[in-house]
Amino acid sequence: MAFLPVILWSDVLIWLLFATAAIFGWLSVRNPLWRTAWQRVGRSRAGMASATVLVVFVGVGLLDSIHYRPRLEEAAASAASGTSRQPPAYAVEVLSVLDAILTPLRTRNEKTYSEPLATRAYAKESIESRGADGQLQQSRDYPRLKHGGAHLGTDETQRDADIGQRLLRALALATLLWWALAAATAAGLARAESCTHEEAWRRIWHNESDFAWNAVLATIGVLLLVVLPLAALSFNYHVFGTDKVGQDVFYQVLKSVRTALVIGLVTTLVTLPLAIFLGVLAGYFRGWVDDLIQYLYTTLSSIPGVLLIAAAVLMMQVLIDNHPQWFATAAERADLRLLALCFILGVTSWTGLCRLLRGETLKLRELEYIQAAQAFGVADLRIIGRHILPNLMHIVIIALVMDFSSLVLAEAVLSYVGIGVDPTMISFGTMINNARMELAREPMVWWSLAAAFVFMFTLVLAANLLADAVRDAFDPRIAGSA
Amino acid sequence: MLAYLVRRLLYALPILIGVNVITFALFFVVNTPDDMARMQLGVKRVTPEAIDKWKAQRGYDKPLFINDAASGSAVFTDTIFFSKSARMFAGDFGRAEDGRDIAREITSRMGPSLAIALPTFVLGLLVTVSFALMLTFFRASYLDFWGVVLCVAMMSISGLFYIIGGQFLISKLWKLVPISGYGSGLDAWKFVILPVLIGVISGIGSSTRWYRTIFLEEISRDYVRTARAKGLSELVVLFRHVLRNAMIPILTGVVVVIPLLFMGSLLTESFFGIPGLGSYTIDAINAQDFAVVRAMVFIGSVLYIVGLILTDLSYTFVDPRIRFN
Repeated sequence: MAFLPVILWSDVLIWLLFATAAIFGWLSVRNPLWRTAWQRVGRSRAGMASATVLVVFVGVGLLDSIHYRPRLEEAAASAASGTSRQPPAYAVEVLSVLDAILTPLRTRNEKTYSEPLATRAYAKESIESRGADGQLQQSRDYPRLKHGGAHLGTDETQRDADIGQRLLRALALATLLWWALAAATAAGLARAESCTHEEAWRRIWHNESDFAWNAVLATIGVLLLVVLPLAALSFNYHVFGTDKVGQDVFYQVLKSVRTALVIGLVTTLVTLPLAIFLGVLAGYFRGWVDDLIQYLYTTLSSIPGVLLIAAAVLMMQVLIDNHPQWFATAAERADLRLLALCFILGVTSWTGLCRLLRGETLKLRELEYIQAAQAFGVADLRIIGRHILPNLMHIVIIALVMDFSSLVLAEAVLSYVGIGVDPTMISFGTMINNARMELAREPMVWWSLAAAFVFMFTLVLAANLLADAVRDAFDPRIAGSA
Repeated sequence: MLAYLVRRLLYALPILIGVNVITFALFFVVNTPDDMARMQLGVKRVTPEAIDKWKAQRGYDKPLFINDAASGSAVFTDTIFFSKSARMFAGDFGRAEDGRDIAREITSRMGPSLAIALPTFVLGLLVTVSFALMLTFFRASYLDFWGVVLCVAMMSISGLFYIIGGQFLISKLWKLVPISGYGSGLDAWKFVILPVLIGVISGIGSSTRWYRTIFLEEISRDYVRTARAKGLSELVVLFRHVLRNAMIPILTGVVVVIPLLFMGSLLTESFFGIPGLGSYTIDAINAQDFAVVRAMVFIGSVLYIVGLILTDLSYTFVDPRIRFN
């Protein structure tokens, strides 16, 4: 095999979550109550526009969650010639599918900083060159980048024209793709609602369809107009420049997406079971169970979050540093540290949801239909499963989408404080942390920070807007009045 | 009232003991003192003697809970649990890695923390509540819509960017105030302005939205309709009726954090080089000073519980229907 698949724990969890979401989506389509709630989300234009953006982010994150170790070249060559019977050797470096797609971005590193789209480095260096008389000459100039605009050769004056040309081509392609997509959507809608194409087109843009197609199409249009030019330029230039060690910032930003998603999503795997189980237990059985669970979450929530996280992460670091034998590769160590961070974040943040669920269960168990079920002698577990849990789900879903953005923001802060992800793992937090001193440089290095800002802002904003749409659709107080 | 207070304090005791046990478990059971010593001394090439010395210096060489070697009450007191955890109740936090008394360090660092946190808190509350009232007054208009959009956008920006951006714009570009540092006495004002300003701005987004929801919920009630029906102007309704009745949900979120102001803010203090408790904690985290982190966790919980009690007390001031029972 040309590669050795590596299954990191976070990959497993991410795909597991993906599968769960798919199953849940299928279930909620069959349940009429849920279907109407999701249809309300589908009608929300802000919600659907942000969902489209999030799908792109999740796509990047999923691509970055299939890992493998490539086979080393020499070993492959010797194995092919049959001269050695050695088992094939694989690189220590763990790559993902995204890395493979972005190979040019990943491998074409410069020496140090360079501006976005630059062909020359950011600082002057002494360059040795041969003059006309064949003498070695030393001059101080901005050295030419190894990869940025390398296809231009010595003809750097052509840079602007080249960029313009590529941009134009990408924009034209984006427009073409968008029209094709929009036409296909209209055709699909026309068939589904059995009307003419013109009618379908009108319904889309006059907001008369049952789904916010106009928002989705507009968002896709904007995304295409941004993504295609970026992609077209990124293979020949450093679109967002390079950082201190010469790594492409665009690559780093794309890699950060997965870290943010893992933190935002995997944490809920810890939060939800704890909160649901304990909250329902406390609210349903009351008495000493309630007292005990209340004591537990009051105690946990009385420790200020950051401090508890700091203490727990500190202890985890000691554990990891004292047991280097647990991890085969650096990626595995970073990965486990990421999961430990998720676990810690989850353990410290389930209390709010638990309190909410307990209160709601207390209210529900006094309702007539549950009293009736109890009077019929239905087992407690069955009552909880059939009558209480489904009526709590809207709280859980709202909490889930609301927590995502705050977790992504928390990751950046924690990584800055030094209790976040492994320093070798690319994340928004580590990017900001590395870049914040660079504003003081002369001339200023602003691109790392700007790129991290734009991507993080887009992700969190989209998550916030979707959370609002979901809350509006699922919260009976709001949904009932609207 | 006194009986109520005593009862509340008695309720708080088991919670504090719980916090104490959790931190103890986190710091001494998850990792043994040997692990901590190895971490501090460097994992490689560390001799057992060095570990023993490190532990003896810090008093980590005792048994965890029960000291069989001792006699009398020392069986329980001459242990790590008693000397490191239980003594925190008496305000004895031991010494930091650099040998300084943690309790004294904490009292001297509270001032700068408070100098930043208190103005941020008060100003932030004023700004966000008035902003939210304004949005409520102009509800369902374009102003309200764009105000909410602004809030959502502002709460989607990481706090780090507010600090970095503010420092860059105000201190580096416009050179209005020093970029970081702290002065003694009244000279501190020019170091305080920027952190306070940034703190207020970064909090606007989420708080305003939260208050706006509270106000909107309140404004759809019957008593508001009655107030309007008897001819009160919208402003009077807003300030005299809605604001007052919204006090309970506002106080729930606000009073709890007042005692925690003493702890300062981790981010702000470390970015602006303010010698408060927040930067103390960050330094301790980076230096892996377990004793300091343990002490801060404990103090933080004590302050939080004080905040909870204060919240309950504050309810009786805004709602006479609530009595202590």
